[in-house]
Amino acid sequence: MPDGAAILRDARLVVGKDLRLEWRSRVTTNQLLPFALLVLILFAFALDPDRRILREASPGLFWLAVLFSTLLAIQRAFSVETADGVADALRLSGLDPAGIFLGKAVGIALHLAVLEIALGAGVTLFYGATPHGPLLLVATCAAATAGLAAAGSLYGVLSAGLRVRDTLLPLLLLPVVAPVLIAATQAFAAAYERTSGAGWRWFGLLAIFALIYLAIGFFAFEPLLEES
Amino acid sequence: METVVRFRSAVCLLGRFPALAGVDLDVVAGEIVLLQGPNGAGKTTVLRACAGLVPVVEGEAEVLGVDLVADRRAVRPLVGLLGHAGGLYDDLTVAENVRFWVRASGSLVADADAALARLGLDGRLADVPVARLSAGQRRRTSLAILVARRPRLWLLDEPHAALDQAGRDLVDGLMVDAVGAGATVLFASHELDRAVAVAHRTITIAGGTASVAAPEPPAVPVA
Repeated sequence: MPDGAAILRDARLVVGKDLRLEWRSRVTTNQLLPFALLVLILFAFALDPDRRILREASPGLFWLAVLFSTLLAIQRAFSVETADGVADALRLSGLDPAGIFLGKAVGIALHLAVLEIALGAGVTLFYGATPHGPLLLVATCAAATAGLAAAGSLYGVLSAGLRVRDTLLPLLLLPVVAPVLIAATQAFAAAYERTSGAGWRWFGLLAIFALIYLAIGFFAFEPLLEES
Repeated sequence: METVVRFRSAVCLLGRFPALAGVDLDVVAGEIVLLQGPNGAGKTTVLRACAGLVPVVEGEAEVLGVDLVADRRAVRPLVGLLGHAGGLYDDLTVAENVRFWVRASGSLVADADAALARLGLDGRLADVPVARLSAGQRRRTSLAILVARRPRLWLLDEPHAALDQAGRDLVDGLMVDAVGAGATVLFASHELDRAVAVAHRTITIAGGTASVAAPEPPAVPVA
């Protein structure tokens, strides 16, 4: 029977360590954030400076930028766990694998939350999209971020020990998180169009996705960590 | 005497390659045992199998009373492994690394600080990111984690590598101290002059099997 207190203690330890690593390396602020904003700007170039098209496509472009940034965040999160024999140290550490999973997922989610705030400002600034329904937007971000972080942590550890991890991770993860892209885009579109009722149904799908992957992660992370 | 490590015809595979092809091995509590042998003989695999990191697929293997064939993960909290890689986060400082791994193992932070001092890593060095350390200083940091965790079985793979003379003397002293505190040490080394002096006996690994040298009288502790 899993010890909930031990899992939470271990998760807190892992999150604290990951935040300290970010504080020292500044990868999110110096690399992920500029990358995400660059993606937004490139979309604007690709779709011409026609603001009407950009405004209409802004929910999808926002979540595509989040998705691309998620890949980088996950690669970073698990590259530090495989360098210099850290994976062996983790296996020997006595940390509960479910706690490691939860800690990694929360750490990735915090990085994504910062990115989403910056991207939200970018969409407003570059595309002229004015958000409505703040509650639906925040709830959608929370559920989608939890789903992306949970699924990303699972596939991150799965590919971590492989030499081809950098190219394999997008191939594995992008099809899996396609429902998040669709549901989050639809929920955002509903919020932008002031039709929140439809948006909440999409939010429900996101919440179910997040819960499923959190549950899978709790039980599947240990064997995946063993194989990484 | 309690048997700490007991292998009988133990087989370990790395992929399809039999890295250990039927090893018989006995280590009793309080011993310092040297594993010697040529490169690729299987010394590292023996150490990793003892740590529960490599599965034993045939034969019998028991470490500290834990049946490795049945549940190799159960032995991990009881052992400490110093491998070729240090298991350190480059962007964290020396002290942050040691404290993180010590907390992860459920030990006290005070033990981490004492270990840092023991390894000469207190003071200015404690606040230096590991990425800026020399190879020898990284090795000392990994050793500090091992010391602070106080495992019952120390598994050391080339513990003298990258260390200067003072560092090598320190490692020998740590092994003797560990045994004095009730632990057991199994280590692999190519530096036979130094290693034989500190070891109670030597086991030769070659071609994935072990041959045991006749028991020798305990060596006089170095440093």
